[in-house]
Amino acid sequence: MIDAMLGGLSGLIAGFAALQWSNALMMIIGGTLLYLGIKKDFEPLLLVPIGFGCIIVNVPLADLMEKEGFLRTLYDMGVITELFPLLIFVGIGAMTDFRPVLESPYTFLLGAAGQLGIFLVLLIALWMGFPYNEAVTIGIIGACDGPTVIFVASKYAKELLGPCTVAAYSYMSLVPVLQPPIMRMLTTKKERETIMKTHKKTVSDTTALLFPIVITVVGGLIAPMGLPLLATIMLGNFMKESGAVARLTKASENEIANIVTLFLGLSIGATMNGPLFMKPTTLIILALGLLAICLDTVGGVLFGKILYYVTGGKVNPLIGAAGISAFPMSARVVQKEGQKYNRKNYLLMHAMGANAGGQVGSVMAAAVMLSVLKGMGVI
Amino acid sequence: MMDKWTFGLTMLVVGMGGTIVTLILFSFIMSALKKIFPYKKEE
Repeated sequence: MIDAMLGGLSGLIAGFAALQWSNALMMIIGGTLLYLGIKKDFEPLLLVPIGFGCIIVNVPLADLMEKEGFLRTLYDMGVITELFPLLIFVGIGAMTDFRPVLESPYTFLLGAAGQLGIFLVLLIALWMGFPYNEAVTIGIIGACDGPTVIFVASKYAKELLGPCTVAAYSYMSLVPVLQPPIMRMLTTKKERETIMKTHKKTVSDTTALLFPIVITVVGGLIAPMGLPLLATIMLGNFMKESGAVARLTKASENEIANIVTLFLGLSIGATMNGPLFMKPTTLIILALGLLAICLDTVGGVLFGKILYYVTGGKVNPLIGAAGISAFPMSARVVQKEGQKYNRKNYLLMHAMGANAGGQVGSVMAAAVMLSVLKGMGVI
Repeated sequence: MMDKWTFGLTMLVVGMGGTIVTLILFSFIMSALKKIFPYKKEE
């Protein structure tokens, strides 16, 4: 009987005995993500479930990521199948107003320049010895777009899903800290003070309605591998612009997006198992992700400067910084920065145009990248 | 299998170039749509 009791007691301390230092450290990291989400308001909708998932997956012997574990079920159901990021995209499309970019279609180009970091960091990752699929996945952090990163990582480098996703969401929330110094470094005071003309309303409802369909078809023909990304974001936007399916639009931007965000966050947290996550590679990926987002800002602002000179000083180059996909955060950063140097400066709507262009740009960059890879026979 | 520099530079040139060209095309299409379906005040 004593043996049975001792056996039973050993079962209660087995978890402590199996705890490795890397699990304990990951629990602290999970706690830090919770702190950043709750106290610092850094992307709480994602960081809270990711942080919680990270903590529970590091409890030994619970087998949450083993076959039939509940986190494994969520992961297999929505991440392996790429379903979660795509469902999130329907919600993002329903929440995004593309009219500012339609008012000034040239801002699409800022959205292209804001993807420079993706391709430069891909090159750096290759130089550092990462294999093709991993280099592509690391580069895509520069899309500054969580669902795109998850889509590409779950397709081509599942082992990098955790660090790449954490990097993407963390740096997106750090945009207000990361961008202003780069914007100031690359522009002169005179350029930052440039006042841009206020938009007149020039977009008809028909144009706004046709936009998602035309972009889906043309973009899909150019880069079919990225059609799921493009089609889902544009579906959400089409439903919003049509005004005919208010219930579906509301469900996409609220209930569906919320439920999927919870499941997605937990699934990402579940990939952060200590022994698998605690590698020097993780730190390198975090550093490269940071570099990618900084280079995106450099690309956008430099292209903004080109527009400034080409238009004879009519475009404030600061709006180039909004050519990334962190919507609408980077547009707000541009507005704040512009007003610092000229209180009469209202850059928000122009920056929103560049930001919406960045949203389409990041999806197109990923789509083009995947189709080029397919064309080269790499995937 | 191509070497990593060929791969990287191809991705940089064709990938970044492809993205820029696609978005230029989008901006032309949108400008054309705005001309075909101009904004009217009563909308």
